[in-house]
Amino acid sequence: MGKHVLLVEDEINIIEAIQFLLSREGWKVDTHSDGATAVETVRTMKPDLVVLDYMLPGKNGIDILTELRADPEFARLPILMLTARGQGRDRELAERAGVSRFMSKPFSNTEVMTAVRDLVQLAQ
Amino acid sequence: MISVNQLLGVSLVYVAFLFAIAFFAERASMRGKGSWLRSPTVYTLSLSIYCTAWTFYGAVGYAARSGMEFVTIYLGPSLVMIGWWWVLRKLVRIGRAQRATSVADLISARYGKSNLLAIVVTVMAVIGVTPYIALQLQSVTLSLSIFSETGQPDSLSQQTAAFWVAGGLVVFTVLFGTRNLNANERHDGVVIAIAVEAVVKLVALLAVGIFVVWGIAGGIGPMMERIDNSSIGEWSMDRSRWAALTMLSAAAFLALPRMFQVMVVENEDERHLQIASWAFPLYLMLMSLFVVPIAVVGLDILPAGSNPDLFVLTVPLAEGQGGLATLSFLGGFSSATSMVIVATLALSTMVSNHVVMPVWLSRQAEGAQVSGDVRNVVILARRASILMIIFFGYIYYRLSGGGAALAAIGLISFVGVAQFLPAMLGGIFWRGATRWGALAGLLVGFAVWVFCSLLPSFGPDAILSTAVFEQGIGGLRWLRPQALFGIEGIDPTVHAMVWSLSLNVAVFVGVSLVTFPTPLERLQGAQFVNVFDHSTQARGWDAALATSEDLMIMAQRILGPADALSLFRAEAQRQGLTGHLPEPTQGFLQTLERELAGSVGSATAHAMISQLVGGTSVSVEDLMAVADESAQILEYSNRLEAKSAELSRTARQLREANQKLTALSVQKDAFLGQISHELRTPMTSIRSFSEILRDTDKLDQADKTKYASIIHGETIRLTRLLDDLLDLSVLENGQVSLNLEQGNLNDVIAQAVLSAGGARSTQLRINHVRSDLDVPLSTDLDRLRQVFINLITNAQKYCNAPEPSLTVDILQHGGGLQVVFHDNGTLIPPEARALIFEKFSRINDKDGSGAGLGLAICREIMARLGGDITYEPRADGNAFIVHLPGQAALAAQ
Repeated sequence: MGKHVLLVEDEINIIEAIQFLLSREGWKVDTHSDGATAVETVRTMKPDLVVLDYMLPGKNGIDILTELRADPEFARLPILMLTARGQGRDRELAERAGVSRFMSKPFSNTEVMTAVRDLVQLAQ
Repeated sequence: MISVNQLLGVSLVYVAFLFAIAFFAERASMRGKGSWLRSPTVYTLSLSIYCTAWTFYGAVGYAARSGMEFVTIYLGPSLVMIGWWWVLRKLVRIGRAQRATSVADLISARYGKSNLLAIVVTVMAVIGVTPYIALQLQSVTLSLSIFSETGQPDSLSQQTAAFWVAGGLVVFTVLFGTRNLNANERHDGVVIAIAVEAVVKLVALLAVGIFVVWGIAGGIGPMMERIDNSSIGEWSMDRSRWAALTMLSAAAFLALPRMFQVMVVENEDERHLQIASWAFPLYLMLMSLFVVPIAVVGLDILPAGSNPDLFVLTVPLAEGQGGLATLSFLGGFSSATSMVIVATLALSTMVSNHVVMPVWLSRQAEGAQVSGDVRNVVILARRASILMIIFFGYIYYRLSGGGAALAAIGLISFVGVAQFLPAMLGGIFWRGATRWGALAGLLVGFAVWVFCSLLPSFGPDAILSTAVFEQGIGGLRWLRPQALFGIEGIDPTVHAMVWSLSLNVAVFVGVSLVTFPTPLERLQGAQFVNVFDHSTQARGWDAALATSEDLMIMAQRILGPADALSLFRAEAQRQGLTGHLPEPTQGFLQTLERELAGSVGSATAHAMISQLVGGTSVSVEDLMAVADESAQILEYSNRLEAKSAELSRTARQLREANQKLTALSVQKDAFLGQISHELRTPMTSIRSFSEILRDTDKLDQADKTKYASIIHGETIRLTRLLDDLLDLSVLENGQVSLNLEQGNLNDVIAQAVLSAGGARSTQLRINHVRSDLDVPLSTDLDRLRQVFINLITNAQKYCNAPEPSLTVDILQHGGGLQVVFHDNGTLIPPEARALIFEKFSRINDKDGSGAGLGLAICREIMARLGGDITYEPRADGNAFIVHLPGQAALAAQ
């Protein structure tokens, strides 16, 4: 496979877990923890997929998502959003902003991996 | 010579002629072509019902007996018409404005629509007018007897003649006056018939006069000589009698029910009064012109003992002038019948409206629903009243013996009805007049009249015994009917008039002064006294012609032009008419009233339509209902205004509450989101790593240990978070119970340092200044220690200096103590300083182990302990200051 995933997350333990899961299946994983500079990092790295946390220091996931979708280059970029806030309204906001897949924390590992695989396949 | 039968035949033809005139007049009036029926001439002629048989026959008799005194009977009304024209105008204006149907109605309306007063006036009027009716019976009977004496003697005895005359008058009046029922009590046919009769009696009297002066005396010169030579020429004036009788006739002219009927009720246009004010005195002058010549010649040529009341008939008969005598008879007949018709009509209106109808209506449990029903009852009541009144007249005639002079009988009635005058004039000029004043005055005056005038008129021993005349009631000499209070030697008529009227006025004024008018009376009093301020010129249009247009104008004002037009147009279409003006049918009026009632209330709507249609009168009750309605509407609108103010106040409160709730809801959402995040984040790690541990076979031992310790750490984080949340919740809800203990501040600090250091080994160097100082205090030591531990661990976590240090110092400040925790780390950014004590606020939480609740908990605890915790940025680091309250400081002294 060897696809490139950018993980935007500020919780070190969660970064550790997702990184472990993706690397194990041969994905190239980069991590980024600051919301404010996340869009820039995506533009520079041009990953095949972004796993985006909802609550980030500096700028929240919805704003990052909206900004990316406004750029034609990333309009179709697969973005999996994770949130620990657990409120229905957040899913609505995310879907309106153009999220590819939305998942609540805590997640099952299999679920996340299936979602990532599906999204990359769909994008091809 | 003319036989009685011929005379009766002529009378019947004459009556038929009058009927025809009345019939055609009514028909013309119903077709709206009767404007000539209501001309000033007809109005003036109708006033001539003042001149009854008394004037026609009696004036000559009066002149023969008492000389020029008969002039007073003409003088009174003439003075009223000319000099008191403005009083009459006010009376007419009020009568029309109030839609008064009779004297009783007017007086009762003035005094708060008092039914008691109406009944009293009605009864008094019936009794007062009874001698007057008898007078007419007597005159017609006498005149008939003249013819029977000269023709066929004994063919008619006087008694039976009187009976048949009375019966004839009943039939005549019933047919004339109650043929149809006009709600406004106006009788076009009757008025025109009276006008014709007025002409007939004037012509008859003038014809006899001219015959006497030029036919018998031979011209004006010889006539004057005859007068000078006669006993009348020797007549000298009795000043008191003259003045009293002039006044009396003036009073009677105003107060007589039949005069009110023609003057006010039948008045079409107030301006007619202006013409009548000179035309009617002229008519009276013509009527009186030949009275003295006829009397003088009668006395000369007729045998002594002839009844002078009949000179008008007997002089022509003695000269063989049968035709002239017949004309004269018709004049007298006209005088009598017109008076009886109008008087009984006026009285029957009073009796049916004020006595019969109230009784009948009160017996109807549900009121009168069917209008035809009421009409029948009213007509029946009127006819019965007419019969009763004329029957009373007949009884009086029989009891009084039928022998008295006509003028004497007339004066009795005059004094009786004059009793209404104080209440009437007082009512229209004096606002202080009250119902009880009017009632008391009327009753006293009437009682005096009955005792001094009516009862004595039957003659000694008829009703009052001779003893009463001479000794007074029960021997009290001051209670003699013709010498009240011992004052003797006054003429009986003057005596009765002076005493009855003066007592009437005195009691009326006295009682009015000591009683208070009801609100209704006050309202009506103002309406009467200030009638010219309130009412506009009374309308003179024909109701039927103007109604639709006027209804339309009124409806537009109330319903709005568009609605009114569509309502009228729809009705016009329904009636099959083009245009937008329907016929004002009963059904349409009811519909319109309902529509209007929706806007202005039912009483007002009814009053408005009644005003325009002119059908029913607007009663005082209507006016009061209007006032009530207006008051209710006003009150309702006030209530609405208050409600509206209350509503807007409530709305504002709701808006504020809503804003608060929204803000709270936003806070709650944020809080729940935070809690969820704080709980789910460690759980995510725990779940993910436990799945990795479970599902991955070939995991080396180091990874296993690492992942297991992450899980372990996260569970501890979760537990701490839950502890903090529970702690905060308890503190915030105020459910925490403080455990007060005596202790030493430095001991608490030392314990906190120890336990913070024990929990986590860091490089932070803690410098506890003045640790040996003994600072005793009384507070919840555990909670205070918790605050200190929190501050120390925060310093341990966040102090980023190369050699992190924390200085703990105790300061005396004001009344209390300050414990300062001063680190040497990077300052908290200014924008975050306001937030650090809020829940979940974290700054640079590198390991993510804090939930951001610590400082919030500290603040809550210090608030509970009566102190505070603040942050101060210092030049060399951050300072958190714990303020302890004065009580602790006191303990520290």
